[in-house]
Amino acid sequence: MWSIAKRELQALFLSPLAWSILAVVQVILGLVFAVRVSMFLEPDFQAQLSQVANPPGITSLIAGHVYVWASIVFMLVTPLLTMRVVSEERRNKTLALLISAPVSMTQIILGKYLALLIFFGIMASLISLMPLSLLVGGALDMGQLFSGFLGLLLLTAAFVAIGLYISTLTAHPTVAAISTFGSLLLLWMIDWAGGSEEQSGLLGYLSLTNHYQMFLKGLLSSSDAFYYLLLISLFLILSIQRLDADRI
Amino acid sequence: MSSETLIAVKNLSRYYGKFCALREVSFEVKRGQVLGFLGPNGAGKTTTMQLITGTLAPSSGEITVAGYDLLEQPLQAKAALGYLPEQPPLYRDMLVSEYLRFCAELHQVPRAEIHKAVNYAAGRCGLGEVFSRLIGNLSKGYQQRVGIAQAIIHNPAVVILDEPTVGLDPIQIREIRNLIRELGEDHSVILSTHILPEVQALCNHVQIIKNGALVLNDTIDGLLAQMQSNSLQIGLRRLPTDLQGFAQLLGVESVEMIDAQHLRIGHSAAINPAEAIAEYAVTQGLGLFELRPEQRSLEQIFVDLTCTEPEEVEEIA
Repeated sequence: MWSIAKRELQALFLSPLAWSILAVVQVILGLVFAVRVSMFLEPDFQAQLSQVANPPGITSLIAGHVYVWASIVFMLVTPLLTMRVVSEERRNKTLALLISAPVSMTQIILGKYLALLIFFGIMASLISLMPLSLLVGGALDMGQLFSGFLGLLLLTAAFVAIGLYISTLTAHPTVAAISTFGSLLLLWMIDWAGGSEEQSGLLGYLSLTNHYQMFLKGLLSSSDAFYYLLLISLFLILSIQRLDADRI
Repeated sequence: MSSETLIAVKNLSRYYGKFCALREVSFEVKRGQVLGFLGPNGAGKTTTMQLITGTLAPSSGEITVAGYDLLEQPLQAKAALGYLPEQPPLYRDMLVSEYLRFCAELHQVPRAEIHKAVNYAAGRCGLGEVFSRLIGNLSKGYQQRVGIAQAIIHNPAVVILDEPTVGLDPIQIREIRNLIRELGEDHSVILSTHILPEVQALCNHVQIIKNGALVLNDTIDGLLAQMQSNSLQIGLRRLPTDLQGFAQLLGVESVEMIDAQHLRIGHSAAINPAEAIAEYAVTQGLGLFELRPEQRSLEQIFVDLTCTEPEEVEEIA
């Protein structure tokens, strides 16, 4: 499993794709961060804040904002990274090597999943460095920041699980990418159909964003974490089943 | 050379939907055997190999590799297997050394021995010169060799090669054949091919498969014996009108005219009348220019076995 994860990461970092994604994401989110900080420092904004009874702190305003943007950017990036994971192996007929080797299907899928998680972990950590830099000039609510970071990790872990599953369905990376993007976007906005928060019910529960919001507010609730874990295991099991079904 | 059975296949069948690719095939391969797997296109060669390596699941039947049931204990069974598929499973963006290291790890070679295993496999397949080059930049022949190196890196008991010499130049083919012959000494090798001389040159067992069923399973010696036939072909410049002279020679059983200058003479197994025929032809002044024993070639046997219309297939289908 580890050797599969290692190879997968190696393949990622050997291609310019990983580096350019890291760079682009960092630049975009850096811009978001910089604009937000300068807005926060403007006298007008400070005046407005002082009129609110219970003003949101710097962590919510800046770190929270960066994390919301990060989740959107990650959603766009996930299909690019997950598309080739299994479909390319299928296309290049290298899947036979893995299947005829003494590793189980579960190990193959988990190895690949792990590699992608590590990559996204690196990306999320790099992004978190920006809010952390505010520590130089002020205090942060570390609990809320951590909760947001955890939320981002869980959210991307769910993205990746879905992308990985879709990649096992096809031999064409582009088809995988488009389907993954569509699915993620659908899950993202599924609660819009339900209307207001009170009525949304099932659709609201399915939505990826609703649960993420809680983490951003600093509310670590086990039911939200459970939602992500459920989603992740569902799609990982589906991927394993799908790969196994190839042999039949 | 011990004669332990490394692969045992029992009543193996495989259906693709309703299409039956393999029907009730059973065979065994022992250590030290090089088994040549022959058959026309679409006969089920590759399917059989995929089944044995676990990349396809059988519809019914049992496969045992090195004593482990492939379905019950897949990991132990697969650890004893080295497999080169029709298309070598190469990651084009890796160096040869990295790739072999990865394959060694994948096949659970102990960490301390990986370096040795990689060097051994690379040495055996003549990869020394390209060891630190990108696989994607190698020629087809070298890629094929990397594929073979991958299959033997963990020193498996069973090596399965699906058309290993396709697309190689004659010199490379010779090298690969030598390699396979060496491998056959301490492993068992299953080799699929449609190049008949290759089987004759390499294998000590031959199986011919047709429409998903085994039609021949024999040692190469048995096959060579089948190829001997008791007849001579002679060529004469001046063919006598009366062939009785030949028929009266000792051991001759039949005389048959092939064309204006050639005769086929059948003889008994005990006595070879070649000498007598030559003498007779010279004394009669018939202008003998050719005299050779007729042999059925492997090709002929192959054609005989695979081109007859299968009746039982219709029955079952």
